[in-house]
Amino acid sequence: MISSDDVKKMAKLARVELDAKEERDLARDLESVVGYIDKLKEVNISGIEDASHVFHVNDFREDLPPKEIFDFAPLLDLAPEKERGFIKVKKILDK
Amino acid sequence: MTRINLSELTVKGAREMLHKGDISARELVSIYQEEIKSKNKTLNAYLEVFDDAFQKAEEADERIKSGQEPRVLEGVPVAIKDNILIKGKICSAGSRMLENYASSYDAHVVQKLKEAGAIFLGRANMDEFAMGSSTENSAYGATKNPYDESRVPGGSSGGSAVAVASNMALASLGSDTGGSIRQPAGFCGVVGLKPTYGAVSRSGLIAMASSLDQIGPITKTVDDAELIFNVIKGKDAKDSTSVDPAHLAVAPPSGGRAAKLKIGVPKEFFTEGVDKDVLEVVNRAIETFKGLGHEVKEVSLPHSPYALAVYYIIVPAEVSANLARFEGIRYGLHKHAKNLLSEYVETRAAGFGKEVRRRIILGTHVLSSGYYDAYYGRASKVRVLIKKDFEKAFGEVDLMVAPVSPKPAFKIGEKVDDPLSMYLEDIFLVPINLAGVPALSLPYGQVQREGKNLPVGIQLIAPWFGENILFEAGRILEAHR
Repeated sequence: MISSDDVKKMAKLARVELDAKEERDLARDLESVVGYIDKLKEVNISGIEDASHVFHVNDFREDLPPKEIFDFAPLLDLAPEKERGFIKVKKILDK
Repeated sequence: MTRINLSELTVKGAREMLHKGDISARELVSIYQEEIKSKNKTLNAYLEVFDDAFQKAEEADERIKSGQEPRVLEGVPVAIKDNILIKGKICSAGSRMLENYASSYDAHVVQKLKEAGAIFLGRANMDEFAMGSSTENSAYGATKNPYDESRVPGGSSGGSAVAVASNMALASLGSDTGGSIRQPAGFCGVVGLKPTYGAVSRSGLIAMASSLDQIGPITKTVDDAELIFNVIKGKDAKDSTSVDPAHLAVAPPSGGRAAKLKIGVPKEFFTEGVDKDVLEVVNRAIETFKGLGHEVKEVSLPHSPYALAVYYIIVPAEVSANLARFEGIRYGLHKHAKNLLSEYVETRAAGFGKEVRRRIILGTHVLSSGYYDAYYGRASKVRVLIKKDFEKAFGEVDLMVAPVSPKPAFKIGEKVDDPLSMYLEDIFLVPINLAGVPALSLPYGQVQREGKNLPVGIQLIAPWFGENILFEAGRILEAHR
């Protein structure tokens, strides 16, 4: 059973703000989706090794020197707030 | 100006006309711009029409006039899904989060299309961050189906499919994570290719679920899909999962016009509530193959009924990680607040739409401590079993035939409040992405709903890097419609 409080907790972890109505709606939606995905419990998975990397022949690569040097100016241009060539952020801790 | 029948015009045909000088690239671009002007207000396939297309067409005309050998797609006008970067252009992924985001580089596929001489008409509407099966989740309004404007065009590449289906582009690019090219192609009566995972570089594609995302063409004919696939495919240093098929341990399977094909009918795809008249269209395609002397046999993909459940664990998990980058600090929407944490939270609340928030929360849930093994761990293992099913089936047959969708295009608004019923739209599509194999959706008939004729697509599925088999088999069906 997924409650509004569970959704609130997950929203906090995911850095998303939801209003009370959406917390309730999402709890209901997730309940139905989680109910559906629970059918995976029927599948016998014994003997299948950890599988998160079996799909790609080349997920891992050697650390080689970069072949291309990027100009950071156009990337910096995209930042909403900047100062003297740096991206500006708010302080992390409140006093 | 040369009179041309746009509905009959293909990339291949336009190329010949352009090369022979029967039409100029400028004429072609202005014909399409006129079509967009008259239709896009209703259909909402384009989010933006580029004002430099005409200038690019002039450059193409200059090249042709100066006697230079025309490039493969010289002067061919195409639409690009709004999650594929074109340097200097806005790329919003259908989201408020990236409303003003101007791409700082070209996606690999865009660079390839530019090198081949293609002209970009504009960016095509889509479900926000490619999450959806109807294009209703776009922050910029739904796209309409040209066969019945009260119905959805499918999604997430709805704008790309509608642009081609309604003659607002000769071809387009879409992306397919769980059917987002094939389903809208099916709903709009055009051809859509989901290439093998790794066949096309994902560099410059805004990521949804990185282990599944793949860029592919939407066109009017199989020949055109092949033409564009051949331009965009290949190994790219900026996507470590992209592959040069020539360097695979196992050689890619070969097609062949003369060869009799062994065609598999996966029985699990013919039981799950497919509409009777849709099923008749699929069966007619199977009969066509049989009638031409190809061998048809039943095969089994026993774990495919679990594919959608696997998909809705793996996708939200990858979504919650991939979309963590949108925090309002480096690019995109930025909300001012009292401290850094509040800025993150408020930016993400304002920038993400409902379905995106839903998937981020679901992904956070399935990855959270205590649930990881039960959900993500188990789903990854079932995914292995799904892939093994395909390996076994392709030991017996050259390709498989299946429906694209269980029903034709549904009504706008019909499923927006019921995420699970929207997810079930993709039941025949997601097993293909999970296994990583290529599949082609092509129109093969129509069914009637409320007095309107709606297209029905056939799905052809080939082994890894067997796109050539899809093109051969697709041409057979095209010739015997």
